[in-house]
Amino acid sequence: MSEKHDLDAPGTDGEQEGRHTAGAFDIRNFIGALLGLYGLILLAMGIFGDQSLDKTGGVNANLYAGIALVVVSAFFIGWARIKPIVVPEHVEPAGDDPTRPAPKRRSTGH
Amino acid sequence: MHALAGLPTADTLISAEPVDYVIIALYFVFVLGIGVMARRAVSDSIDFFLSGRSLPAWVTGLAFISANLGAVEIMGMSANGAELGISTVHYFWVGAIPAMLFLGVVMMPFYYGSKVRSVPEFMFRRFGTGAHLVNALSFALAQLLIAGVNLYLLGSIVHALLGWPLWVALLVAAAIVLSYITLGGLSAAIYNEVLQFFVIVAALLPLTLIGLHRVGGYQGLKDKITEFAASPAAAAAKVPSAEQQLNSWPGQALSGFDSPFWSIVGIVFGLGFVLSFGYWTTNFVEVQRAMASNSISAARKTPIIGSFPKMFVPFIVILPGMVAAVLVPEITQLKSGGSPPGGASGEGVKFNDSLLLLMRDVLPNGLLGVAIAGLLAAFMAGMAANISAFNTVFSYDLWQRYIRKDHSDDYYLRIGRLATVAATVIAIFTAIVASSFSNVMDYLQTLFGFFNAPLFATFILGMFWKRMTATAGWVGLSAGTLSAVLVAFLSKDAFGSLSLGVIPLGGQGAAFVAASAAFVVDIVLSVVVSLVTEPKPVSELRGLVYSETPREDLVDPEEHKLPWFRRTLPLAGVSLGMVIVLNFLF
Repeated sequence: MSEKHDLDAPGTDGEQEGRHTAGAFDIRNFIGALLGLYGLILLAMGIFGDQSLDKTGGVNANLYAGIALVVVSAFFIGWARIKPIVVPEHVEPAGDDPTRPAPKRRSTGH
Repeated sequence: MHALAGLPTADTLISAEPVDYVIIALYFVFVLGIGVMARRAVSDSIDFFLSGRSLPAWVTGLAFISANLGAVEIMGMSANGAELGISTVHYFWVGAIPAMLFLGVVMMPFYYGSKVRSVPEFMFRRFGTGAHLVNALSFALAQLLIAGVNLYLLGSIVHALLGWPLWVALLVAAAIVLSYITLGGLSAAIYNEVLQFFVIVAALLPLTLIGLHRVGGYQGLKDKITEFAASPAAAAAKVPSAEQQLNSWPGQALSGFDSPFWSIVGIVFGLGFVLSFGYWTTNFVEVQRAMASNSISAARKTPIIGSFPKMFVPFIVILPGMVAAVLVPEITQLKSGGSPPGGASGEGVKFNDSLLLLMRDVLPNGLLGVAIAGLLAAFMAGMAANISAFNTVFSYDLWQRYIRKDHSDDYYLRIGRLATVAATVIAIFTAIVASSFSNVMDYLQTLFGFFNAPLFATFILGMFWKRMTATAGWVGLSAGTLSAVLVAFLSKDAFGSLSLGVIPLGGQGAAFVAASAAFVVDIVLSVVVSLVTEPKPVSELRGLVYSETPREDLVDPEEHKLPWFRRTLPLAGVSLGMVIVLNFLF
């Protein structure tokens, strides 16, 4: 590939209007948020809810699972903060195949 | 969600409480949210079908695993774990990892580097129309069928767990999958698969740990399985011996061969080589995930990164099955030859119910909600993966190639969305058919499995032997598939009562032999036909055949700058080493 889009590095070709960070649409934020919410719900269940110790063999499973989920959630959100994704606006068109019926692509502004 | 929860409910297998419903509802909010967010990023058909080739390797790597971690995998493998024990790990350590590494190291440079948009398109460029049509049509049909089977399993689980009528469960699940794929295309499917992966782990890991805790740890599990296998009831029900249940090799219980030697040969060559290489290296559902990554290096690392979680998946899928076999009364009874009533189908407990019944017995409300969300996630992942691969092959390989050439890109994007809607509707009908004719569905799945077996032979020969001709491509594929079908008909039970029983092999053993026959026939015929037909001019083979492709087309020029743990070959080596160690440990 002649063009590399290193996700960790901010754009070197800044004159391209297209570069922007993924922001809210960074899958790590989604994972962090969902697991975090699950963690908080389970923590609350572990502290206030029915612990069903007969089922779990005497372990407060909701509590421990809740703690683990909150930790994992913090990891993902922290990771997304420290290394935000830069979305490349332009990718090489895959139009160099002579055997392929030509898709008439709109110019993506290279 | 709450309105639906208020529908008249049948007796449910598990008693979910409001907190569980909240957890499940949250999951669906996130799934749809991803679809809506991904919608903003889709501007043309490459975005829609290949995610704009912009995703980092860890995302595509997890999606690679998740796309395969569907209903069949989770319920089926835990059922195998309950029934056969630890030798089920061969489906992962022998039947997946080596092929995934091979895909990343050897084959991915051709797929990604030639810039094809699908596996059948590679077939077209290497072998022309004949092989392309065989591949594209069989793949598209198989995806529709499997999407339907996944949907049916999803619907029946929702029915069993939450008590919704089957048709409501089918429609709701299909509507959710449909809306996020039509909105966000492959990006939405892949992002959801990554999210699903974590929800599945959050569901199954606590289940495994609590289950193990209840039976007294791994040692306790071993003791209980040994004790059970020694009981007279177990002997009468032909339960595999404790030694077989607790050691992965030689795995006679899995392969169905009596001799330990042939069992090992069958597993290594039949499962590990022919079946798994056919599936993992040529199945577009999987390869599509890698094609969506942002560089040839990331594409190669996709299956390799995926292999690390993959080798630990058996611990959260098979172990709970084994625990269920000694902890859940119904499963113990079933394994001793009894037929306890109930189960997800309502027609008696089956080994497929192991995971659900274990959830019922060991998870408190709260974690139960997470576990149900995880199962729903897994089933939707499977179906979404099938449908997103189907719409790509349908739009690019069938519609654009043979029906309407040379239209605008917007046009194919629209066709892709329509294909998704059509595929979902067909999947709903397939699911309804599956609910009344489940055996037929099983045999059809077996049948489509046979289309995979010779594919690897054709691809690998085509990639490394420039003399191989277009005629050899389609002849080898067709003859290979037919010979697999023939062996299945001659076996004891691969097609149920349709099989003739001439070859005294049943179960997995028959599948191994059928796939091996397909492989051998394909290779032999391809070589013979190639020698008497005219090969393609060498100038057309660049990027498609190893000897005609400059080295620099196959590797990423930037890759040597990365630290070793982000490079393809060292990562693959570590993965292979770890999986060998795991084989010795268990």
